[in-house]
Amino acid sequence: MLWVDKYRPKTLDQVIVHEDAAQNLKKLVSEQDCPHLLFYGPSGSGKKTLVMALLRQMFGSSSEKVKVENKTWKIDAGTRNIDIELTTLSSTHHVEMNPSDVGFQDRYVVQEIIKEMAKNRPIDTKGKKGFKVLVLNEVDKLSREAQHSLRRTMEKYSASCRLILCCNSSSKVTEAIRSRCLNIRINAPTEDQIVKVLEFIAKKEGLQLPAGFAARVAEKSNRSLRRAILSFETCRVQQYPFTINQVISPMDWEEYISEIVSDIMKEQSPKRLFQVRGKLYELLINCIPPEIILKRLLHELLRKLDAELKHEVCHWAAYYEHRMRLGQKAIFHLEAFIAKFMSIYKAFLIATFG
Amino acid sequence: MAPILQSSQPWVEKYRPKQVKDVAHQDEVVRVLTNTLETANCPHMLFYGPPGTGKTTTALAIAHQLYGPELYKSRVLELNASDDRGINVVRTKIKDFAAVAVGSGQRQGGYPCPPYKIIILDEADSMTEDAQNALRRTMETYSKVTRFFFICNYISRIIEPLASRCAKFRFKPLSEEIMISRILHICKEEGLNLDAEALSTLSTISQGDLRRAITYLQGAARLFGSSITSKDLISVSGVIPQEVVGALLAACKSGNFDLANKEVNNVIAEGYPVSQMLSQLFEVVVEADDISDEQKARICKRLGAADKCLVDGADEYLQLLDVASNTMRALCNMPQEFSYET
Ligand SMILES: Nc1ncnc2c1ncn2[C@@H]1O[C@H](COP(=O)(O)OP(=O)(O)OP(=O)(O)O)[C@@H](O)[C@H]1O
Ligand SMILES: [Mg+2]
Repeated sequence: MLWVDKYRPKTLDQVIVHEDAAQNLKKLVSEQDCPHLLFYGPSGSGKKTLVMALLRQMFGSSSEKVKVENKTWKIDAGTRNIDIELTTLSSTHHVEMNPSDVGFQDRYVVQEIIKEMAKNRPIDTKGKKGFKVLVLNEVDKLSREAQHSLRRTMEKYSASCRLILCCNSSSKVTEAIRSRCLNIRINAPTEDQIVKVLEFIAKKEGLQLPAGFAARVAEKSNRSLRRAILSFETCRVQQYPFTINQVISPMDWEEYISEIVSDIMKEQSPKRLFQVRGKLYELLINCIPPEIILKRLLHELLRKLDAELKHEVCHWAAYYEHRMRLGQKAIFHLEAFIAKFMSIYKAFLIATFG
Repeated sequence: MAPILQSSQPWVEKYRPKQVKDVAHQDEVVRVLTNTLETANCPHMLFYGPPGTGKTTTALAIAHQLYGPELYKSRVLELNASDDRGINVVRTKIKDFAAVAVGSGQRQGGYPCPPYKIIILDEADSMTEDAQNALRRTMETYSKVTRFFFICNYISRIIEPLASRCAKFRFKPLSEEIMISRILHICKEEGLNLDAEALSTLSTISQGDLRRAITYLQGAARLFGSSITSKDLISVSGVIPQEVVGALLAACKSGNFDLANKEVNNVIAEGYPVSQMLSQLFEVVVEADDISDEQKARICKRLGAADKCLVDGADEYLQLLDVASNTMRALCNMPQEFSYET
């Protein structure tokens, strides 16, 4: 088992980084009338862990006995029938799913599947009515229609069903949904907190940690705990005993993007643009999300450019990412950004050096 | 209702008014509907206004008061965005429902029971224009035996021919005074203690949305016990601390791009919603004494654009960074045009 999973805290009392949030959650579910919850915060900040620990707090260890199901729902959409395939993770008390996975038909998931689940009230062995929890991941990726569809369901069946919604960016969740939940912000852990976790793992694994090494791993992690633990484990595989200045290798795709950036800073020409296109395709084929590519490109550029150019380049990055969101083919917009950069940079070079 | 059900419902549901007269702040509609209860006369209705102002509550309450629990199911059809409302579905469902005749308008079990059915189309602004158009005919066909209640946040998304057939009521954001009196009522029922400052904070942060206020209140009550301070409420509300907004603005004033970038990264890592950040920046900028009108205009123009981009689903980091860069250029009087753009 990977360390990220092995050392995932199981209960709210075991969490190391969001101790306050965890204790708060414990109080929140102490009564039966807890409101719907919306967890938001950057990826890798530990939302999932908290939600799982929360379920355990509510339902005991039975919440961990989950089964994964891949089901096809047949949905009657008036004039035609559609099949929707969805993977769910469920225990006797909760169901977890990722409704945005089905793409543009996501509203049917909300209208048919989720509503059905929310309606049915679980009855325990003593015949007492309980409630069930639906965990919906990545709700910021849900279409507007799907989000609208969720509104009344959240109110109508609130006696039989509690929703736990998770997302990265709560700006993308409509006001109407946010107004129906208690919003819980989970910030990315600070580097110090990450160091604490790494030290904890090292102790459990019986590893010697040279002073300052955990801090270096934390610094390179961009405040993502998941990433820090993964790269810590990679370091362990690559070289042990650790040395203070051992290489902490960046991800492959990040290195690939730095290459692109040096390519386009060296030469600005249609030929170079064409070469870079191949590399962009390569990244996309490997499932690196286009907005991540664009942000990384910008990140690398900002490290190298003159202050004067930074404003201009960051403006165009925002501009083309927005266009990408409205359009369909990511490659067009990535390439347009690169072309824009080349033209700006060339003009700058000519103005500066003649 | 069975007590067990009561206690397990979140407070927003528990304190949803069951009678039209208990709906706070929306006097006009309450007056018209109270009249309806007496005369059993009712036009088609259109309720519009921001979230949590009582639209759904009012519609459900009047329906219950008109028909009582026994007839409710057969006389009232509630369709909301959680139902598929494509053209065909709307036509067939409404037709099937409206076509079954109702008896004469006799009072039953103490309820007026007027001789028509009510169709509530909640969250109607999420219906497509085509589906709305299909409704026009349906409305006419069954106008003798049905009344339509349309409910939406944005009246502009309802096509004119539908809107013009209805009596329109705007649901206003709740005023501070009314909000506080509802909150105090809940505090009394739940045995909570809020001082004057906390009450006023609660009403400010929920911006006229009573549902939000109640959710915050319940959150704070569970987390901090029965004595709730203004600080507790802010911490459950998702409002960004003023220091964070200040730090970002200070970085913009400094003229140092990397510093601003660092602050932006921090905002994202802390998980603050950028849309919220934009509105708080807006407030600070507009009220600042040391920023000229022209600078303010430059800054706000981009704030507006970024807000729209976020609604379109654009990336939060990139939008905020661009806002920060633009703010910096305005505050440091750098030219508005870029130098190398061709
Ligand atoms: N005017 C009001 N008087 C009393 N309670 C209210 C009022 N407005 C809102 N509430 C409270 O807020 C909750 C939500 O109100 P309601 O469902 O009517 O909002 P809505 O206007 O339909 O919002 P949305 O546009 O998001 O659907 C109610 O359960 C009730 O507790
Ligand atoms: Mg409503």
